[in-house]
Amino acid sequence: MTAVAEEPVVTRTTGTALLELRQLVVEYGSGPKRVRAVDGVDLEIRPGEILGLAGESGCGKTTVANAAMQILRPPARLVSGSVLFRGDDLVRKSAEELRRFRWRNISMVFQSAMNALNPVMRVGDQFVDAMRAHERIDRRRSLARAGELLEVVGIDRRRLRAYPHELSGGMRQRVIIAMALSLNPELVILDEPTTALDVVVQREILQQVEALKQDFGFAVLFITHDLSLLLEFTDRIAIMYAGEIVEEAPAARLATSAQHPYTQGLLQSFPPLTGPLTRMAGIPGAPPDLRDPPSGCRFHPRCPHCLPERAGLYLRQTSERPVLREVAPGHRVACHLVEEGAA
Amino acid sequence: MSALEVRDLTKRFPIGGALMRSQVHAVEDVTFELRPGTITALVGESGSGKSTVARLLAHLYAPSAGAVLFEGNDVARVRRRRDVLRYRSQVQIIFQDPFASLNPVKTIRHHVERPLRIHGIVPRGQVAERAHELLRTVGLVPPEEVAAKYPHELSGGQRQRVAIARALAVEPKVVLADEPISMLDVSIRIGILNLMLKLKEERGIAFLYVTHDLASARYVADDILVMYAGQIVESGPIEQVLAAPLHPYTRLLLAAVPDPAGKPGRIEPRKGLASAAVDPPEGCRFVGRCPIAIDVCSRVTPPLVEAEPAQAARCHVTAPST
Repeated sequence: MTAVAEEPVVTRTTGTALLELRQLVVEYGSGPKRVRAVDGVDLEIRPGEILGLAGESGCGKTTVANAAMQILRPPARLVSGSVLFRGDDLVRKSAEELRRFRWRNISMVFQSAMNALNPVMRVGDQFVDAMRAHERIDRRRSLARAGELLEVVGIDRRRLRAYPHELSGGMRQRVIIAMALSLNPELVILDEPTTALDVVVQREILQQVEALKQDFGFAVLFITHDLSLLLEFTDRIAIMYAGEIVEEAPAARLATSAQHPYTQGLLQSFPPLTGPLTRMAGIPGAPPDLRDPPSGCRFHPRCPHCLPERAGLYLRQTSERPVLREVAPGHRVACHLVEEGAA
Repeated sequence: MSALEVRDLTKRFPIGGALMRSQVHAVEDVTFELRPGTITALVGESGSGKSTVARLLAHLYAPSAGAVLFEGNDVARVRRRRDVLRYRSQVQIIFQDPFASLNPVKTIRHHVERPLRIHGIVPRGQVAERAHELLRTVGLVPPEEVAAKYPHELSGGQRQRVAIARALAVEPKVVLADEPISMLDVSIRIGILNLMLKLKEERGIAFLYVTHDLASARYVADDILVMYAGQIVESGPIEQVLAAPLHPYTRLLLAAVPDPAGKPGRIEPRKGLASAAVDPPEGCRFVGRCPIAIDVCSRVTPPLVEAEPAQAARCHVTAPST
């Protein structure tokens, strides 16, 4: 485990958070070719809430999840920051402590998780393995629990005897979600859990996750590039761009009062299915190459409000990194424009 | 007037070994037309056969039955190399993966100029100039700079624009766009859709837009074809179909799509199976998942019936044949 550098480690939470990420910095590689994929991310998940983390490919959202789970592998490495779970810093835990911690306290479902099942092992046996690695529980009881969980995610319990290839992609993904819940974790991280699936299957699975959350009371960190999905299924949303959180707000508020030009552009990138249609703009340009991120605000080369005419503001936008500031209760934005009231 | 007409197009793929031979009815009795200056969306879930339709139209597969009419000729039967080449110069296809469809060791200039030379679109002396013009058309500026680059130096959206420029080089009448934005970053997808709209308006190109994304289909398309298990189950003007869908599958799809502007939908979890296109028995292929099925549905395959003006559906209940 990488030692925490520079900043002093604080190991007290503010009290309400289940998981708290503080000034997280993660780099890939080393030397002049290193890439800072996550650059100073602060994020907090409260018990029982669904937090959405949205961003485009390469923005660092999966790296944040991997850091939260403490499963970063070289060339990725945690440079600084802390991951506090109920006030306990995971960064300082030993490998064995972490092994026991994962799945019991935090579990994770990956985008291609459906391919993570062992092809030559019956589904039921895989449940038994996962449970017995963490708990003293006999085979019969763990199979019974696995059966219950399968029914909960809408799969017939007789499918415990099935091999993975006998199930469809959507069913395999549901099996993984059931497995992630098998040890009653307090936090479930879903990293693009439905991206490879059809919209109908996607909605079925997310409806089930919602219902399960009601029953089991776990919190969810839901990571996806699909902002329209988050607006519907989450309580709070954080928007990531080029390794930084640029805006964070309750989902309902973000839908109507997004302040960061990037968030506004993202919202303008999902055409509506109902209501009037207008020609949309999307966002010009492309996400930056993190080997050589833009100076100042990382969004400034694509920002429609970054204009040389407004010299003072322009100088700040192109040279100074904006920090997250609260603009309303629970609504934080990192933007010079908003800060100066010029939006 | 239609740019491309498809009649009763059918494609079956054999699967399984010598003993357990089965057939996937990937595309069955598909009939529609593409009109100049019109974008037709072909929507369906993975495995519905929508990409197979695009590949059949691009002459990449030979159909098992049916006809593809281009300028009055059935091109599905064209075999002579010269005729195939001529057809392909008029009907271009753009694929989902812009990373895979460009040659990594060749410059952008090579990709865009090649079709100009092969099909002899312009005299040799004007090839470079035309290539720049094409790059400008798809929004890759300055063209001189972009042309000198290699694919890995461009972003996904820029690569897809190169693929479009290359398709446009031969001045096609029809462009088949097979999930052109699904692998691109969210923020640059709208740009590609806007480019399609511009090309449709300025050049009168007939587009087939193959997608699983109803919202983007509504954004660009004039007409919609909804596919399920190899068959078209509903067709019509897109606003009309989305406002009042006839087929229960179209309704299910609509309820499943997240819509920031609308109310959250809820759907009933599916009971049916995924592979309704493998050795399908007589009857409606959606019957296993259908909430409104009646007796006849599992016995008789419903025909595509025009139940509303210009809007047709394959459903015994909502679009009964009289």
